[in-house]
Amino acid sequence: MKISLEQFDKAFENRIRLQIMSVLVANDSYDFNSLKDLLNVTDGNLASHLKALEKEQYITVNKSFIGRKPNTQYIASKLGREAFKKHLEALENLIKQQKH
Amino acid sequence: MKEDDIYSELSSIRNLMERSTKFISLSGLSGIMAGIYALIGAFIGYKLVYTENSGLLFRDYYVNDPTIWWPLFLVATVVLVLSLATGVWLTVRQARKKGENFWNPVSRRLLINLAFPLITGGLYIIILISRGYFGMIASSCLLFYGLALVAGSHYTFSDVKWLGFCEIILGLLAALIPGYGLVFWIIGFGLLHILYGSIMHFKYNQ
Repeated sequence: MKISLEQFDKAFENRIRLQIMSVLVANDSYDFNSLKDLLNVTDGNLASHLKALEKEQYITVNKSFIGRKPNTQYIASKLGREAFKKHLEALENLIKQQKH
Repeated sequence: MKEDDIYSELSSIRNLMERSTKFISLSGLSGIMAGIYALIGAFIGYKLVYTENSGLLFRDYYVNDPTIWWPLFLVATVVLVLSLATGVWLTVRQARKKGENFWNPVSRRLLINLAFPLITGGLYIIILISRGYFGMIASSCLLFYGLALVAGSHYTFSDVKWLGFCEIILGLLAALIPGYGLVFWIIGFGLLHILYGSIMHFKYNQ
């Protein structure tokens, strides 16, 4: 069985990164703490995966303050949305291939 | 990657997209309770307005009579406060049970979308009362409540939208047939809530 691995996005190999992207694609924006609650991950873990996605330019970061509390919003970029869509298509194709 | 892995990956994506855009900890039980409070309130209201005399029913008061106004207003307020308190309490409890945070971006969006039609409706009804248009209160309550539900339904179960549509239809009917405010109130806030709450409870809580 041949699996076309080149279709898979390296950035989404990690499950948490893929999960972050799912949330950001479904929403206009999402803040750090709510993401942390939703994904059930630690601060450091989430921060490092967000950094990685930012480096790929899949997400943009919007830092601001609400009163004195920092409020960091993450937004999926156009590039990120397309990459996410492609990754899902690749997963679907893989299922189709295995059914034959 | 094995096929099972892909399926679990896809379902986890789907689940996250849904959980991050829809608030799904709304409790069906709170709908049932709100319906029961509304029925009790309507019964008390009925008793205040009508008295039975040798098998015949008499209307002792009309809603534009100020002496009956305050007791009725009090009953309605108590029903509203009790319903809201029970709703919030049961919803927070349900969210905790699911290990979710009750205060998250989705619940915020849900509340904001509910708030606009509700606050507008509340102010509008206060204006109606101050101008003495008592006949339109019941239909206005149902209409604005229905609009709020339709607006909020985007951020929770889609069943809420259907409850909203039903309330809007009832509100329009209540406006068409004046004088039967209490009947529409019983159907809209009592029976529909119990029906909707039961559906939600059996559909999602089990």
